[in-house]
Amino acid sequence: MQKMKLVVVGNGMAGMRTVEELLKLAPALYDITVFGAEPHPNYNRILLSPVLAGEQTIDDIVLNTRAWYDENGIRLRTGQAIVKIDRRAREVIAADGTRESYDRLLLATGSNPFILPLPGKDLQGVLTYRDIADTQAMIAAAATHKQAVVIGGGLLGLEAANGLKLRGMEVTVVHVMPWLMERQLDRTAAGLLQKSLEDKGLAFRLEAHSEALLGDDAGRAGHVRAVKLKSGEEIPAQLVVMAVGIRPNTALAESAGLHCNRGLVVNDTMQTYDPRIYAVGECVSHRGIAYGLVAPLFEQAKVCANHLAQFGIGRYTGSQISTKLKVTGVDLFSAGNFAGGTGCEDIVLSDPGAGVYKKLVLKDDKLIGAVMIGDTIDGAWYFKLIRDGSSVGALRDRLMFGEANLGDTGHQGQNRAAAMADSAEVCGCNGVCKGTIVKTIQDQGLFTLDEVRKHTKASSSCGSCTGLVEQILMATAGGDYSEAPKKKSMCGCTDRTHQEVRDAIRAQHLTSIPAVQAFLEWRTPNGCATCRPALNYYLLSTWPKEAIDDPQSRFINERSHANIQKDGTYSVVPRMWGGETNSGELRRIAHVVDKFKIPTVKVTGGQRLDLLGVKKEDLPAVWKELDMPSGHAYAKALRTVKTCVGSEWCRFGTQDSTRMGQELERALWRMYAPHKVKLAVSGCPRNCAESGIKDVGVIGVDSGWEIYVAGNGGIKTEVAQFFAKVKTHTEVLEYSGAFLQLYREEGWYLERTVHYVNRVGLDHCKARVVDDAANRKALWERLQFALDGEPDPWHEPDKARVDLKQFALVGA
Amino acid sequence: MTYIPICNLEDIPVLGARRYRRADGKVIAIFRNAEDRVFALHDRCPHRGGPLSQGIVFGESVACPLHNWCITLNDGCAVAPDTGTVERFPVRVVAGQVELDPAAGIATELACAAE
Ligand code: SRM
Ligand SMILES: Cc1cc2nc3c(=O)[nH]c(=O)nc-3n(C[C@H](O)[C@H](O)[C@H](O)COP(=O)(O)OP(=O)(O)OC[C@H]3O[C@@H](n4cnc5c(N)ncnc54)[C@H](O)[C@@H]3O)c2cc1C
Ligand code: SF4
Ligand code: FES
Repeated sequence: MQKMKLVVVGNGMAGMRTVEELLKLAPALYDITVFGAEPHPNYNRILLSPVLAGEQTIDDIVLNTRAWYDENGIRLRTGQAIVKIDRRAREVIAADGTRESYDRLLLATGSNPFILPLPGKDLQGVLTYRDIADTQAMIAAAATHKQAVVIGGGLLGLEAANGLKLRGMEVTVVHVMPWLMERQLDRTAAGLLQKSLEDKGLAFRLEAHSEALLGDDAGRAGHVRAVKLKSGEEIPAQLVVMAVGIRPNTALAESAGLHCNRGLVVNDTMQTYDPRIYAVGECVSHRGIAYGLVAPLFEQAKVCANHLAQFGIGRYTGSQISTKLKVTGVDLFSAGNFAGGTGCEDIVLSDPGAGVYKKLVLKDDKLIGAVMIGDTIDGAWYFKLIRDGSSVGALRDRLMFGEANLGDTGHQGQNRAAAMADSAEVCGCNGVCKGTIVKTIQDQGLFTLDEVRKHTKASSSCGSCTGLVEQILMATAGGDYSEAPKKKSMCGCTDRTHQEVRDAIRAQHLTSIPAVQAFLEWRTPNGCATCRPALNYYLLSTWPKEAIDDPQSRFINERSHANIQKDGTYSVVPRMWGGETNSGELRRIAHVVDKFKIPTVKVTGGQRLDLLGVKKEDLPAVWKELDMPSGHAYAKALRTVKTCVGSEWCRFGTQDSTRMGQELERALWRMYAPHKVKLAVSGCPRNCAESGIKDVGVIGVDSGWEIYVAGNGGIKTEVAQFFAKVKTHTEVLEYSGAFLQLYREEGWYLERTVHYVNRVGLDHCKARVVDDAANRKALWERLQFALDGEPDPWHEPDKARVDLKQFALVGA
Repeated sequence: MTYIPICNLEDIPVLGARRYRRADGKVIAIFRNAEDRVFALHDRCPHRGGPLSQGIVFGESVACPLHNWCITLNDGCAVAPDTGTVERFPVRVVAGQVELDPAAGIATELACAAE
């Protein structure tokens, strides 16, 4: 079969990114030809600034070498601009007359720098800042001339000015607005930025209008000698760089009759008005927006590639963007709506002496914008909060002090990605150090957090180092590459979010995994190891007694009802109600340990005993002979209820915490949940059971019980928040149970209570459980209905649908 | 090739696996996918030896239970960017019986390295 022909016009970042994505999905579908006006293979335009500053070389920034095009069978025509598209004949025509026919055409022509229509704009020594040629011209000029003026105090202008300064020139930045980078910064932040750039030796003229560029030859086309301002001032300069903005490069598209409106207009699948012609990148206008940063362009590329590959999945719906300035030694970050407005609140921290300024803008309990200068460690974190759009009410008091301040076990003091040594460990779970990450980003040309995860494993496990990895990515790759999806799909099998899936299961009354996958158009035949366990949980928690458990969609621990160990053996943790045991249980445990030659017995952090190193074949017999309930130490379910001795023995005890804990554990065990659930009950505020870091923590006081929720003692220590104060045991059961049922019904799979409550807001939970007695009772009843008659998998395996055949070997 | 009967196809759950232990102690994992195709691999993940038979099976792959590497069942290759291969074994279904040749292990080093 003859392959279809794809022609790409524009050998830049967005176009080639689309081709790369396409090759991943459908390597053999097209015969590909790429035309690029520049004489170079595709390079990382962003890194022109470090090249200008002398920190990197042109060779360092090449993204796709000529060999790469050859290996992938792509014909690359560099130095060949396309001048015409013949849509009838389906051909493109290059400047030298070459014709190439296409079945699909991809336009990725980027943008052109805007040139102010000033007298003298055509003098020698007047440049813009867009490509390698401009950069080389600036480097050459810096070697022979002394003075430069940069017109434009935005991102590009400041990076150009900084580079020229580092190359030894005297640089003045002329800017019309009252402060620098007015589209990304407020006045205060810009003032601090200006000061730190002045400390580096740059000079500024603000609110200054350039009137003319003066030549050395009085009016004739000679070399530029000075910039004349409206105020009359003349600033001597042998190099003038105009960095006053960009315009989508749509000339070619317009000449072909494609609809343009401040950019080549595309729909959500990146198609132009001619369905054979796609477009991505800065030349495009999507829902009225033309983006000028790579992160959104890469998202466009992904969607476009998917449609070119004829999968027809995914729509581009727009992006949130954030900005960082790539001037070494100046930390600046800006994202979202930083200016605020009606209904917005600002939180500001300002320490001009230290050069630090931070402003966070909140609306309706959500973070909508952030500007930071001097201390941008938390940029990636704030950006994530903005993108996720989740409630930050509970964090409000601590928000300003950053993520590290929320408690970050084992990672403190390592936040300055740039300052970290190459040998310093970034990801504790997978033992990945900074040097490895940096090298992989460079060698493999990675751009997104996801790619770094795949290639290095860093941040792919517990995720606590994600912020750090994002910073390393920014520092190494040059820009802010963090992908900016507004909604995060469950996994690669679908574009649906966890919430969309949950909603569909309820609204459509779906009761099986294949039904969900069919209804929501899963793109894989039977899901993957990420989505199947989540779907199984959503079905069971939404339709208890109706949806049927699918053991093959559970992680091995929940399928074999024991925890898998590194050597393939299992551990067995029987339940000890409230951490209390007796001589009979201890004797049986001792007997089982001897009989099955179990190598290790350990007291766990959850007040019970762990039998480690049990062979899979022995599990059913071990459970039987222990004759104790399953501890569910292996499950996303109720784990332990830790207790202290309480008023029965302790001289300070005000309440019988052991009994309260046991009542809770007996009421809640066998309760599957989005993630594991841990409780604790202490008999007095000395809190020996550590109730302050539990999903539900109960503390006895003279007059009754205080209930705290959404604590976490794991990866990131989170102190539980006060929820309610009640008097009786029955109330403790009802309030705790109702809160947990709310979490079971609304939580996303693998979301602990702390993350759930942060997302929906503590007030939301209080309104439904504490303030609304009828709803609380209804929740508590639904939980009891779900748990009623639930089997103990160790002792009623048939009822619990345990696949008993898995334990034996076959063919023996 | 000397195939020996191992179990009935129905003894292996759809999207699941069973284990067979050779006389020399080596364990072979036998997988069944949604289309009732069977695959046999040495029960040892190329990463750190995790028992693949205990993983979640989807499409034509299994996710290792220890650190979630993904292994393709028909060729025993780890899915990029991870690299490594698992020895695979001839296995077939004859009249509802799963038959395995536990002696004829095939290492796929070359096929995967070329990927
Ligand atoms: C056995 C035990 C350690 C010990 O020897 O004491 C343990 C062992 C494991 N913990 Fe833990 N945790 C144990 C108490 C804890 C505690 C302390 C507690 O419960 O009071 C915590 C902090 C409290 C908390 O959860 O908030 C704890 C926080 C974690 C975390 C981090 C959870 C988080 O949301 O941050 C993980 C990872 C996870 O679940 O994804 C984890 C995961 C694990 C796993 C399941 C790792 C795994 O996936 O295989 C370990 C299983 C070993 C095994 O086979 O038994 N373990 N783990 C403890 C069992 C308690 C029990 O009786 O059930
Ligand atoms: C100095 C500098 C610093 C930057 N810093 C950042 C940053 O820190 N973070 C960030 O996110 N973004 C940054 N950007 C912006 C980023 O580089 C662009 O958003 C991105 O390169 C746009 O990709 P594109 O493919 O749309 O266009 P381009 O990368 O410009 O590619 C378009 C290509 O098409 C070619 N072309 C045009 N017309 C034709 C034709 N008719 N025939 C053949 N070829 C044609 C052009 O020559 C060009 O090579 C920076 C840009 C510059 C210039
Ligand atoms: S038991 Fe918990 S803390 Fe210890 S190594 Fe395992 S997961 Fe880490
Ligand atoms: S042992 Fe299989 S992924 Fe680590």
